[in-house]
Amino acid sequence: MDLRLPTAPATEAEERAVDAVLGPPPDGPAGTVLPAPDGRVAYGGHAARRQRHLLLPGLLALQDASGWISPGGLGYLCERLTVPPAEAYGVASFYALLNVEDRGPVTVHVCDDVACAGAGERLIDELAARPDLRVVRSPCLGACDRAPACAVQRAGSRLGAAAPATAALEPTAPHVEVHQDRDRLRLLKRVDLADPGDLDDYVAHDGGDALTRAVALGPEGVLEELERSGLRGRGGAAFPIGRKWRAVRDEPGPRHIVANGDESEPGTFKDRLLMEGDPFAIVEALAIGALVVGADRGWIYVRGEYPDSVGRLEHAVDTAARAGWLDHVEVTVRTGAGAYICGEETALFRSIEGHRGEPAQKPPYPNEAGLFGRPTAVNNIETLAAVLDVLTTGGDAYAGMGTGRSTGTKLFSVSGAVADPGVYEVPMGTPLGDLLSEAGGVSGSSRIGAVLLGGAAGVFAGPADLDVPLSFEAAAERGLTLGSGAVVVFDDATDFGPVVRRIARFFAEESCGQCVPCRIGTVRQHEALVRLGSGRTLGTVDDERHRLADLDAVMTDASICGLGRTAASAVRSALRLGLRGVVA
Amino acid sequence: MFGAGGGTSSYREIEETDLVLLWGSNAREAHPIFFHHLLKGVRRGARLVTIDPRRTTSAQWADLWLGIDVGSDIALANTMGREIIHAGLVNRDFVDRATTGYDDYAASVDEWTLEHGAAVTGVPAEAIREVAHAYATAETAQLCWTLGITEHHNATDNVLALINLSLLTGHIGRWGSGLVPVRGQNNVQGGGDMGALPNKLPGFQDVADHDARARFEEVWDAPIPPKPGRHLTLMYEAMEEGELRALYVVGENPVQSEADSGRIIRIMEGLDHLVVQDLFLTATAELAEVVLPAAGWGEAEGTFTSSERRVQRVRAALEPPGDARDDMSIITDLARALGHDWPDPDAEAVWDELRRLSPLHRGMRYDRLDALGGIQWPCPDEDHPGTPFLHGRLWTDDVGRPAPFHAVEHAPPRDELTGDYPIRLTTGRRLDSYNTGVQTGRYASPRRIGASIDVAVADADRLDIEDGDRVRVTSRRGSIVVPARRADDLRPGLAFMSIHFPDEADVNALTIDAWDPKSGTAEFKATAVRIEREHA
Repeated sequence: MDLRLPTAPATEAEERAVDAVLGPPPDGPAGTVLPAPDGRVAYGGHAARRQRHLLLPGLLALQDASGWISPGGLGYLCERLTVPPAEAYGVASFYALLNVEDRGPVTVHVCDDVACAGAGERLIDELAARPDLRVVRSPCLGACDRAPACAVQRAGSRLGAAAPATAALEPTAPHVEVHQDRDRLRLLKRVDLADPGDLDDYVAHDGGDALTRAVALGPEGVLEELERSGLRGRGGAAFPIGRKWRAVRDEPGPRHIVANGDESEPGTFKDRLLMEGDPFAIVEALAIGALVVGADRGWIYVRGEYPDSVGRLEHAVDTAARAGWLDHVEVTVRTGAGAYICGEETALFRSIEGHRGEPAQKPPYPNEAGLFGRPTAVNNIETLAAVLDVLTTGGDAYAGMGTGRSTGTKLFSVSGAVADPGVYEVPMGTPLGDLLSEAGGVSGSSRIGAVLLGGAAGVFAGPADLDVPLSFEAAAERGLTLGSGAVVVFDDATDFGPVVRRIARFFAEESCGQCVPCRIGTVRQHEALVRLGSGRTLGTVDDERHRLADLDAVMTDASICGLGRTAASAVRSALRLGLRGVVA
Repeated sequence: MFGAGGGTSSYREIEETDLVLLWGSNAREAHPIFFHHLLKGVRRGARLVTIDPRRTTSAQWADLWLGIDVGSDIALANTMGREIIHAGLVNRDFVDRATTGYDDYAASVDEWTLEHGAAVTGVPAEAIREVAHAYATAETAQLCWTLGITEHHNATDNVLALINLSLLTGHIGRWGSGLVPVRGQNNVQGGGDMGALPNKLPGFQDVADHDARARFEEVWDAPIPPKPGRHLTLMYEAMEEGELRALYVVGENPVQSEADSGRIIRIMEGLDHLVVQDLFLTATAELAEVVLPAAGWGEAEGTFTSSERRVQRVRAALEPPGDARDDMSIITDLARALGHDWPDPDAEAVWDELRRLSPLHRGMRYDRLDALGGIQWPCPDEDHPGTPFLHGRLWTDDVGRPAPFHAVEHAPPRDELTGDYPIRLTTGRRLDSYNTGVQTGRYASPRRIGASIDVAVADADRLDIEDGDRVRVTSRRGSIVVPARRADDLRPGLAFMSIHFPDEADVNALTIDAWDPKSGTAEFKATAVRIEREHA
């Protein structure tokens, strides 16, 4: 492709960073279109453009090297990949963790989301006066049990995560604590017990049993076990995994399998615990999935704010591959760059492919046309972990756990006003109140105000809902949702105005902007809530309520993807429950 | 091709083919609309191979680029032909059923081993082999070329060498496989179709064909000389020798577009009478006794024919400005002034007369051209849908006249490289400008570079040339001074000038007027020059 590149040259550090991702340049010296040595033959075209999927890794490498995406660095990366710079800039500017302007060597992303809220605000105040830092308000960083959380980007090094963060901004060690008796744990059974960096220790704690069983059963046998188990996806959509995998297997190859570790729903951190506490389990489950659907490429996409998850999974993949566990599938760990929407499966594909993470219209569904247009199985991290449980327990026995059509156990990320925040594993159908008791009960005023189930895309449950069994059906019957398994607890002294406005701002900021109902609707919703909270309404309070209801209907009905369709969900429930402070 | 003067394929075919061989063409800049169709094919997965001395912007899209020496196209084609034969990749079925002269051809290319071809073309043997195999084994392939093939002293042989490859592999006469000479203007094809060739009547009917001539004579009520006329290059010679004394130039600017422009100006000035009909007062028009201001495309009725042989209606949207008139009305009045009682001009009536006389166009009623969005010739009757690709007959039981192989010999450019003239200067176009700039010079473009010579970085270093330095470029015929640009798409020893700025940098003061005796095209693409920095 004939490119018009920025005239600024890349620094040596930037070239090194890009070359580390792409390998050394095959053609002539940088800045020339004429290949070395004699200018007689050049290869490129499809072969070069097929490297497009390395654009995001290249951008992250430039960000780490320089602290921003400089024109020179961008130009060098574009030249290597034959991507037009305008298009690459469009990709870079899509992600919160990529700076397209030079704002100094250190950027601190401080979580001020619903769980960190006050703690985050205090840290922001503390850092605000520091001239050596650029402080950015961040949505949830997935460390809700250890507020405040922040992510620090320094030129010359990889992103570092800290929780609980202090003004020193030192990264903290990975945190993999469980709070329940180990004999009750199935998905978490190795977390905080087996060494997450040691394959032998993994095997010593039953690791690999499921893969052995899967090989013995063969793909069809595994599918039958999964179908008997009733296991449904834990990412929020609750689709039966047996059906999903069978649909992919029925399509012609080559196929992909993707582990969705882009855990970005505010209030959710259970996948992080699995990725950091039991990474070999994810790799083993991916190996089983690849075997079953017939995928020869596997991908683990981890959100960029989880550097420890990335590191441990990369190590686990390398180790497992060397041990021969991955002879049938080539597994790549990919890092996101700060975009909630990339948890949506089609947006995630676009992100891996090196494009802006904009969701696609469905159909076609991923089982037909997913990553790189090929049939793709994409599963949440927790779902994959549950596959191991199904195979070691047996499909029928697994179906015996839980209730009705919600089988097995489920992880919940419990945070906010509870004595002992963390990830809890309970059988499906456990009442909400029991879950809160496991987490030490309500703290603060010790009287419940509301519980946000499912994160920003979820629903507020009121004190009257504590008896609801946590199953897909029972939650739906009550107008609630399990969603991602986020459980953010608020005591009855909470001013919900800031909470609901933070949720509304979250959607306005995270909307990818490609479809009008969501792009405009999320902003208008936030504005209306700000007016309601301040008392300076446009017309009467009822006028504002009608306006919100209209926006709700338009976004819910007409948005391309789940982001827009759920952007009014929490707001709607907060207004219905009449939570204190939402309306002044 | 094989008698009919047109590309064999539809644009749609290049969108659906498996392999595109773009030979001597920087279509990305010179034929951007065609390249747009080509890119659709690339996006669908077609492989693109470009063959060009420069690593052009087109070449930068390619899966494989071969940077041959200027004027070594026949050597490359013959080497590919031999490799295809020796690798057993000849489409025997096609060669046996539909061609003649294979054995002579095979014998003629036998000396062109990969090593020999590599030595003559400068392209590594392995890369030649790869392209030969890719072309021969592709399910469908389009072989496209433009002026890099035809602006040589042996242009016709160059084209024949490419046609040989298509016959060898059967890449002709099938959807997706064909030969595509891309045209430089929207209606070059139409000009040829209408008989603006020295040896053809409209519809490519030969003037030597008595029956054809008789049909035209009856309708036109005038005798037609059976002898072919002169092509352009011969016309200049005839003018130079005083045989041709008057010239009527319609829509051309030869003073700036022809090689060795000093000679052309002398020829024009030596005429008894020069009439120029044009939209603009061109450099040629300035030499004329009479200038007839002509209407532009939006001011006249008629048809255009594209490179895919598609005839399309064109309609007047505006009245021509001032005294300008459409060509048909000017020619009618000229005829009346010469004593012929021609009726008032009417585009559809003229077209219907053509339909009576040209079997290729017979079915193309105006209302059908409208309804079908243009029709591709041949269209022999009013129920015929037009012909997307030519020579399908070669694959049918009724092959008809077989397609002949033509053994052709490599002949290097006439203008030799020597110690005094060590650098090969080639010419071409850029995206922002068109030909001599008559139609584009008055518009600004952010991409316009202006008059300049591109010099390979290594040569520029050796000659101590920085961007913008003025350099003297000298050939055996002339010398000009232009600003230089250090170019990273040229290998050492190669230089490039666009043809767009004859007023500032008359590249044709340098070019050689060696021309192809068969087509009359001059060797614009291969000039030997010396480059020196001008010291202020």
